[in-house]
Amino acid sequence: MAIIVDKLNYVYSDAGHQVQALQDISVVIPDGQFLGIIGHTGSGKSTFIQHLNGLLKASSGNIYYNGEDICHKDYDRKQLRSKVGLVFQYPEHQLFEADVFQDVCFGPKNLGLDRKQTELRAFTALRQVGVPEDLFYVSPFELSGGQKRRVAIAGVLAMEPEVLILDEPTAGLDPKGRDDLLDQLAKLHKERNMTIILVSHSMEDVANYAERILVMDKGKILFDQTPKEVFSHVKELEEIGLGAPQVTYVMQELKNKGFSVGTKMTTIEEAKVEILKVLKGR
Amino acid sequence: MLRDITLGQYYQANSRLHRLDPRVKLIATFLYIISLFLFKNITAYVIAALWLLLVIKMSKVPFKFMVKGLKPVMTIMILTVVCNMLFTKGTPLFSVWKITITYEGLKMAFYMIVRFVMLIVGSTIMTLTTTPNQLTDGLESVLKPLKKVKVPVHEVAMMMAIALRFIPILMEETDKIIKAQIARGADFESGNLLKRVKAMLPILIPLFVSAFRRANDLAMAMESRCYRGGDGRTKMKPLIYKIEDKKALVCVALYLFVLVAGGIAGNYLPI
Repeated sequence: MAIIVDKLNYVYSDAGHQVQALQDISVVIPDGQFLGIIGHTGSGKSTFIQHLNGLLKASSGNIYYNGEDICHKDYDRKQLRSKVGLVFQYPEHQLFEADVFQDVCFGPKNLGLDRKQTELRAFTALRQVGVPEDLFYVSPFELSGGQKRRVAIAGVLAMEPEVLILDEPTAGLDPKGRDDLLDQLAKLHKERNMTIILVSHSMEDVANYAERILVMDKGKILFDQTPKEVFSHVKELEEIGLGAPQVTYVMQELKNKGFSVGTKMTTIEEAKVEILKVLKGR
Repeated sequence: MLRDITLGQYYQANSRLHRLDPRVKLIATFLYIISLFLFKNITAYVIAALWLLLVIKMSKVPFKFMVKGLKPVMTIMILTVVCNMLFTKGTPLFSVWKITITYEGLKMAFYMIVRFVMLIVGSTIMTLTTTPNQLTDGLESVLKPLKKVKVPVHEVAMMMAIALRFIPILMEETDKIIKAQIARGADFESGNLLKRVKAMLPILIPLFVSAFRRANDLAMAMESRCYRGGDGRTKMKPLIYKIEDKKALVCVALYLFVLVAGGIAGNYLPI
């Protein structure tokens, strides 16, 4: 079972002009994949992911979730939204309840679960994102930015989705908060075999965690490959305002300086292994 | 879904009217509205209508945009007309069942609707040719004399300008929050009234929080740039009357003169 996107187009009108936000997007996202989506601002990433849980309606084309057409008028989109969880950019702006725990309960409650189930799920979700228990009954507005973000993500996780889509979840977080959050996502991916779709501006984030990367530009998919393959097109990526992870540039510089290192490394770990290998061989 | 709504119906064009000083437009509109209520005879209305047509022509704004301004007040207009027709006593023209239509009633209704349409279209032209920011600037300048009686004119104008500036931002924010809550399974469409009102809370609370947060940030940013209210503050684009503006004011005066003359003459005509 998977998400199948077939020739998706999305056109909207802005001040009388027709804007083609997405153009012939076709992609298959198998279960349990960790997919990264990168692209410049306005490349259509956010628009694309909003189609995956039916928030936006395609102008043409089809999207199938587990073999069912989600654009069909009889399809139960509320059910879909519990299966495909979407965490928006700056999700902390959606918090509204009197305390953290109740806010996380909002999602499961909307699914019509009983109180026991709801609370159990909220509890599990909060634990999964690493919110300490002494914060459960604090007003969400008193938390720090990073904690708010976790609570908001827990709010979506509590619906126990099969697919979790996150739009720039690390924007505005400090380096530690970012690493913690991404590690927790990787854990969810591994332990619960959750499909994770990570939209990001950071080449490092996607290089470190994603198994596959979609590069979007002007509403189209430019590349759909593994991180290593994608980041070998540094020139094309730079042309559309992106780039490669810094460590890839470091390896390139080392090679230019006369070290016989490979330049395909996209994570610091790989680079370390490669550099040590070359140093030992000298 | 919310991006379709635009507030302030400014229509971008390059006409004489667009280039006019907002103060002139404000004053002209004000005088025009008053002029509509000075006389109640056909001559005065014809003069006012001709003036209005001239201004519409000059504004280079398509006519359908003027008509758009009429739509929201349609119900009130129809109600006024019907009431005037039904409840004005005078010489009966014809009667159906208990309803009698009088000559005076028809006349009254006709005048009423003409006045109404001209009033709305007249003020619509002003908002169509003036950006909201120009409008607040003009308003501040026109109302300056009120400062003598301790009306905080600058502050009110600043508040208006800020409010206008933030409407699109808050619209976008609302759109985002609605989507985020739908993604969390919120349902805004089903249930009875009470349930639906309750379903609005997950939108309203984050929206208020965000509005306050933005207001706070803005206040901070303004203070750190030494904003101290209106006293001694200069403008990037100061309003200065140009020759065109003076000409326009003369035209308005001319119109008023013709209207008053025509109106008085009209009182002696038999209609």
